[in-house]
Amino acid sequence: MEFSLTINGSVQKVDVDPETPLLWVLRENVGLTGTKYGCGIARCGACTIHVDGQAAKACQYPASAAVGKKITTIEGLSKDSSHPVQVAWMEVGVPQCGYCQSGQIMAASALLAKRKKPTEAEIEAAMADNLCRCGTYLKIKEAINRAAKIEQS
Amino acid sequence: MTEQTKQILSRRSFIQGAAAAGGGLMIGFHMPLANAATIGPNPQSLTTAVGTEINAWLVIDRDNTVTIRIPHTEMGQGGITSVALLIAEELNVEWSKIKTEFADANRHLRNNKEYKVMSTHGSQLVRLQHPHLMQAGASARERLKQAAATAWGVDRSKVEAKLGVLTSGSHTGTYGEFVDAAATVKLDKEPAINTDPTKWWLLGKGTMRLDIPNKVNGSAKYAMDTKVPGMVYAAVKASPVPWGTLKSFDDSAIKKRPGYVGTVQLKAVPGKRGQPDMQDAIAVVFDSWYRAKTALDLVKVEWDFGESGKTSSAQYYVEGRKLLDQTGQLTGKGDPRAAEIIAAASKVVTAQYERPFETHARMEPINATVHVQADRVDVWSPTQDQSAAITIVAEQLGRDAKDIYAHTMFLGGGFGGNGGGGTGVTKQAAEISKQLGKPVKVIWSREEDLAQDKQRPLALAKLTASLGEDGLPTALFTRGAWFTQDGINNFGSATADYGISNMSYNFPVRHHERHNAKTHIPGSTHRAPGANQMGFMAESFIDEIAIAGGWNPLDWRLKMTEGQDDYQLVLQTLKDKAGFRTDLPKGQGMGIGVVESHGTIAAACATVNVSRRGRLTIEKLLVVLDAGHVINPHAAAEQCEGSVCWELSHAWMGGLEMENGRFINTNFDSYNLLRIDQMPEVETIFASSGGTKWGGLGEPAGPPAPPAVANAIWYATGKRIRSTPFRQHDLSWT
Repeated sequence: MEFSLTINGSVQKVDVDPETPLLWVLRENVGLTGTKYGCGIARCGACTIHVDGQAAKACQYPASAAVGKKITTIEGLSKDSSHPVQVAWMEVGVPQCGYCQSGQIMAASALLAKRKKPTEAEIEAAMADNLCRCGTYLKIKEAINRAAKIEQS
Repeated sequence: MTEQTKQILSRRSFIQGAAAAGGGLMIGFHMPLANAATIGPNPQSLTTAVGTEINAWLVIDRDNTVTIRIPHTEMGQGGITSVALLIAEELNVEWSKIKTEFADANRHLRNNKEYKVMSTHGSQLVRLQHPHLMQAGASARERLKQAAATAWGVDRSKVEAKLGVLTSGSHTGTYGEFVDAAATVKLDKEPAINTDPTKWWLLGKGTMRLDIPNKVNGSAKYAMDTKVPGMVYAAVKASPVPWGTLKSFDDSAIKKRPGYVGTVQLKAVPGKRGQPDMQDAIAVVFDSWYRAKTALDLVKVEWDFGESGKTSSAQYYVEGRKLLDQTGQLTGKGDPRAAEIIAAASKVVTAQYERPFETHARMEPINATVHVQADRVDVWSPTQDQSAAITIVAEQLGRDAKDIYAHTMFLGGGFGGNGGGGTGVTKQAAEISKQLGKPVKVIWSREEDLAQDKQRPLALAKLTASLGEDGLPTALFTRGAWFTQDGINNFGSATADYGISNMSYNFPVRHHERHNAKTHIPGSTHRAPGANQMGFMAESFIDEIAIAGGWNPLDWRLKMTEGQDDYQLVLQTLKDKAGFRTDLPKGQGMGIGVVESHGTIAAACATVNVSRRGRLTIEKLLVVLDAGHVINPHAAAEQCEGSVCWELSHAWMGGLEMENGRFINTNFDSYNLLRIDQMPEVETIFASSGGTKWGGLGEPAGPPAPPAVANAIWYATGKRIRSTPFRQHDLSWT
């Protein structure tokens, strides 16, 4: 079935089974591979994107349900890695293997869009769905605090 | 100890060090990276270097850009940056002039292992590969100096090479100007490398990793991201009971579904049960992976599980406990006096420890893409050894390795599991591509990944010690047992009692035995193999005997390592920094663990809090390590934090459970691992003894963490934990 999706500010026509999760449409049909497959059951967060500004798990989001909504992926967060969360991620040196980090960054940027200066408990609650096997959690917390400061300045 | 270098680095100082190395303050976009070397997001191109090749590792362009070829895998451990730092230290070039690319594995095999080693495992990159990597830089530098010396009519010893510039008296020129001439220079003798940290100008400073910028914008490419024109997607299902045989299958329900390409039956080869070998499996191929995965669930498959289908973790524990009461094979020489002393002793402590299967669960699920063509084969595999990816495919296809090209990708986690080479996935992709005549990407669903990966073995141990009048041990007797496929004896250096039999304490008499029990479950190395499982058993037991003997556990460890300077340095540093106490109020506790692996001694002090109802909070881990030298403190500290998280994930939250021969918790809902709200604060201190010691840092910080936490829980609650995961224990207290 053919329909249109608004991805990173541009309208894309895709021809997929309507129940196909956005994750696979983004990766295989649109070619945006920054959004990762990790579990397929919304329990690891590697596929986190924004739908109308809210963090969403693309592996459980049917493509047809996203028609008319604004989809943002890691590739669309900024043109040049200049989003405060990306800057903070580089300055702190968060990623190790990096596979989960698109999802981490999308979850963190959605949190900071809602809460300018999140508490540690708010950070933990917002990020607890995002698994990282390399163990970058401490750096993630540090980078979210740094990003909050960058946004304020 | 006065002669030993002692480096104490707080996390703050790493960040500042990184900023200083980047030439700027930590303010504003790109500042810390402006002066950094670069790596491109698309490592799959076999080579992009421009300029003259001076040796296999180095290409220098006339504009003085230096391309360093990285023979190793980047899985987040900082491999790219470590190789570049080691070579650049000797070559003496500006860090900002460096580009990196992955070395060509086909060339490596073609030229008789030209890069010496391509495998990336065992925390070996810095500790074992630094001599030849530094040599590549030193050799190139001396040849550049010789080329300039010849042109200028001076002796090579009168030429200085610094930051990419050659100088002698009034003569001056860049590396780029002399690289063509240098490439033809043959040295009489290779120069010595500089391993004296006090004379390093680049190493040891704290450098931001080169792969980070590509990992914040989605541009870093993993094997999972491979796309080749005409590529089709395969979802596969092997026997849920590993090594079960396929009796029949019915795929009639899927053949008319849109996008169907084909069904391929994959067959195990009798007698071939090694790491990269295929099991019986069904592959369903479609034009998208989601279609393939959903169709696979509709294929009816009949398996024959044999006797393996009747086994369970619970049964293995029963079997294992029996083995612990039977004589096993000796580890080391053995000492018959141990049993005699224990039998005659008035005070004896004995305890049994048990740990379940665990799995790697790399964030990048196991996958591989292979494109078989008449004249060449291309492979994209998430492997820790790209040269092995070539030989694996060569074997499966019966093709000459020289026609096979492995594209090195970023790896979405390694952890000793080597997903692409350690499982049958790469052979599966090769076989399907061959049969269908198309490029094929095979992706294992997360459930397939956890069920069919090579697992950390289920293991048990029984430890017994007799104590003398002074409360110190007079003899130690241990037996270990683990369950490995076909009773395999070891994974690398890890055996059924590694972490126990190699404890460094000065026991007057000691005797160690082990059993290799058979299972159908394939096993493998798992970050800090052996040390990660048995280190918990050994170091928990040490606390049991220290406390039974009336000793403070930290003082016991200092006493029992007397005469071993590196242990004394690590333990004394821990004592100075950790504030270890045994007199905290109930519900609070501190605990110690010390495990040596990969040539590095790692000691941890845990601080925990346990509520009356038994809710565990791990507040902090202080880790002190002696790896001899640290070339990049920034990346090293990350590895230590990561290793702690890794081990606590399994010891606290993990536990892969087997029933009816198959694993039953095969996704992150039921095999749940450490999350951000459980992660303790980690402080890493390097107490480096220097000299000729070069230890690894990718793994050793993990193993002491679980015993440190369990020992802290004992102080907090009075409850001794002798099995993992901790989550299964009732820690409540009154």
